[in-house]
Amino acid sequence: MTTAATPPAVPNDGGRRRPAARIPVLGAVGGQNLGLIGALVAVLTVFGLLNDNYLSLTNMQVIAEAATITGLLAVVQTVVIICGGLDISVGSQAGVASVVSAMAFTSAGSNAFAGMAAAVAVGLLIGLLNGAIIVYGRVNPTIATLAGLAAYKGLAQLLSDGRAQGYVLNDAVFVFLGRGRIAGLPVMVWILIVVAVAVHVLLTRTDIGRNIYAVGGNDTAARLAGININKYLVAVYALVGAVAAVAGILLTARTGSGQPTSGSEGLELKAITASALGGCALRGGKGTIGGTLLAVALLGALDNGLTVQGINSFWQNVAQGTLLVVAVVVQQRRTGERAVGLPA
Amino acid sequence: MSRARPSTSDSPPPAGRPSTAGARVEGITKRFGAVQALNDVTLDLPGGSVTALMGENGAGKSTLLKILTGDHRPTRGRVLLDGRPVDLRSPADARAAGIRIIPQEPEIVPHVPVAENVYTGSLPRRAGRRLDRAELRRRITADLDRLGFADVLEPDLLGSQLTAAQRQLVEIMRALTGGNAARVIAFDEPTSSLSEHEVDALFALIDRLRDQGVAVVYVSHRMQEILRLADRIAVLRDGALVGVRDARTTTEDDLVRLMVGRDLSTMFVRRPVVGDRVVLDVRGLTTDRVRGIDLRIHAGEVVGLAGLIGAGRSELALALAGDLPVRSGSVTLDGRPLPSGNPGAVIRAGLGLAPEERKAQALFLHRTIRDNTSIAVLERLRRFRFVKRGAERDLAQEYIDRLRVRTPSIEHEVRTLSGGNQQKVVLARWLARKPKLLILDEPTRGIDVGAKAEIYRIIADLAEQGVALLVISSELPELLGLADRIVVMQNGRTTGELNRTEATEEAVLALAMADDISTSASGAAS
Repeated sequence: MTTAATPPAVPNDGGRRRPAARIPVLGAVGGQNLGLIGALVAVLTVFGLLNDNYLSLTNMQVIAEAATITGLLAVVQTVVIICGGLDISVGSQAGVASVVSAMAFTSAGSNAFAGMAAAVAVGLLIGLLNGAIIVYGRVNPTIATLAGLAAYKGLAQLLSDGRAQGYVLNDAVFVFLGRGRIAGLPVMVWILIVVAVAVHVLLTRTDIGRNIYAVGGNDTAARLAGININKYLVAVYALVGAVAAVAGILLTARTGSGQPTSGSEGLELKAITASALGGCALRGGKGTIGGTLLAVALLGALDNGLTVQGINSFWQNVAQGTLLVVAVVVQQRRTGERAVGLPA
Repeated sequence: MSRARPSTSDSPPPAGRPSTAGARVEGITKRFGAVQALNDVTLDLPGGSVTALMGENGAGKSTLLKILTGDHRPTRGRVLLDGRPVDLRSPADARAAGIRIIPQEPEIVPHVPVAENVYTGSLPRRAGRRLDRAELRRRITADLDRLGFADVLEPDLLGSQLTAAQRQLVEIMRALTGGNAARVIAFDEPTSSLSEHEVDALFALIDRLRDQGVAVVYVSHRMQEILRLADRIAVLRDGALVGVRDARTTTEDDLVRLMVGRDLSTMFVRRPVVGDRVVLDVRGLTTDRVRGIDLRIHAGEVVGLAGLIGAGRSELALALAGDLPVRSGSVTLDGRPLPSGNPGAVIRAGLGLAPEERKAQALFLHRTIRDNTSIAVLERLRRFRFVKRGAERDLAQEYIDRLRVRTPSIEHEVRTLSGGNQQKVVLARWLARKPKLLILDEPTRGIDVGAKAEIYRIIADLAEQGVALLVISSELPELLGLADRIVVMQNGRTTGELNRTEATEEAVLALAMADDISTSASGAAS
């Protein structure tokens, strides 16, 4: 019955795939990014018309700051997805890191660097653990990190006894991270920029990045081309752990204390949505940091607009879920996935 | 396999039909680089007659078909339709002129019914682009009746439910319905995937096409089939037309003589005798799938690995490449022990493998030709961890040029290339790596004769440069032409070795099946 409802799709599909095949990378990626820019402009215009303050510099900074933590997680999520994996435990990892940074800061006699180092070390360990479970335990990445989503959240709650930990805003370093500015831009945004540029360069300019795309694009071919794919997968998950720890530290700096769950819960959904909207193929091998950042901006602008308009925050969840599904449907259409059985 | 067919009894002999209608190729020559795929072929394809094209693999049959269908443009010569020259620049031109080819695997949309598959692109519509179901039903019923398919093709079946024969019927209906009905229909080895029952149905159809005045071109290897079906048989050898026979008077022996009465194909380059430095030395290699393999390959030597499918040839290749675990035995490459279980270390030691399934095992289809070429040599192209992009581009371009990969740019995605060009990209990757031993598993599977010839030349060039080569192929003429020595495997073991003078198809097949015969004999005895 479904097939009967869409007969015109047959000639249309054939016509659409042909030109796309002729235009290489630039066509596909550029097309997606143009769509995102269009959507971003539309969102800004609509909310700008509805509310005079929406497009103000102050509000733009609010959007940017709010999007930073999501942005960091989305950037590394993009790397994992390109590599053919997925990490839905990023939010919980950030929560653990937030708690650890505040607790280590306190117990080291208000030493911000001790707090940050401890958080990053714990993040790396969690990432390595994720990678090892997936690669050596042969656990599907979605299942492994779903387990992580629950377990690391529980770990953060255990460590913190479920309460906010410490108070860090008496320390100049944390204040600088959470409230400081360089050249007019919040420090948090600078951190996102630095991480994003570094990851972008890693992906596009180094052999490591080439190999990451290769592992996600065709793991058998990557192995036969001499790439140690296990090493790459574990390293990518470790990178996620480290960057999620940075996000956790920023969360601590912004809220003033270590937060086991508030502020980090639900970030995995935002990160994955941003990656998918930004053009990552969920089966791996495809995706760009630029696209992901545009999607982060779009999500941030939308979230903020809905808040500024006083729309029930429950709607934001609905909007986000819808966007994730729409992004993936659009992608599957593009790849011409056959509508038979479970999708690949 | 009776030679009687429904239409012969009541239809006049082919010679009696009007001969102006139909197609004619005139003085067709086609070169791929230095390789001459077709040489001055002139052949009439009269309407109302079935012309069979025969010839060995690589004789030029598919090149000729591709010229008829506009996929290739001839280097010289022309195609005439009803006595008038037609310019076939693209498959669309050929279709517009009424020339259709029925491929072995027609494009069928899996999730729509037969009727919509047949009229894809010209579906009857009502206002608002809604499908006119009543009209569609009328059309398909009328066309099925007219073509006599009503009892073999149910219009409501989905594309995914069709048998191989029914898929071909859908393609044939596409050719025979719509505005410009086909004047020339070519079948490219249509029976290779059909059951006997389906073959009968297809032949009945072809008889009917002949009666309707269509010029049928029929490409096949099956002698019996051709003698039963065809009116005329044209034999190609090494790109030249060596004879046209009347199907009623010729014999199988006559056709075989025409096809093979010659030296080995000129596509294979003769090389001087190989050196005696041993590059690969395998002793007693045993894995889950192969047992006690002994194999030596010298510098500049091409060793062919023959055997039936499942004999363990690809498993041996993967074990040597470090991708399958080795249980026992030793392997040395250039005198040094070859690491096992680590493809990266094996590659660094100087072994390259172009695996059997190029799309599944070798290519990154959504990455550029440049990426695909450089992936195994990035460690030589980097400063710190940064890829030197200029050097990478130069290297990729150099090998893409040298292997004559047909692409506008190395920045195109590999999936846009034809099978032959994709295979050349895989070869470019390994050539860029400069291996001491290169293993090629089915290097010419599914690619056209032009690309095959170029790959044979590349193999000969590599051997001349002193690279040791192990070529796995299921096409015996190809192995016989390429290899200095043929090692035969059966059921995970090597069953024999033949040098160039001993190697014949019969000798290789005898070794490939020797064990089978003895086991089945002993099985029957017990």
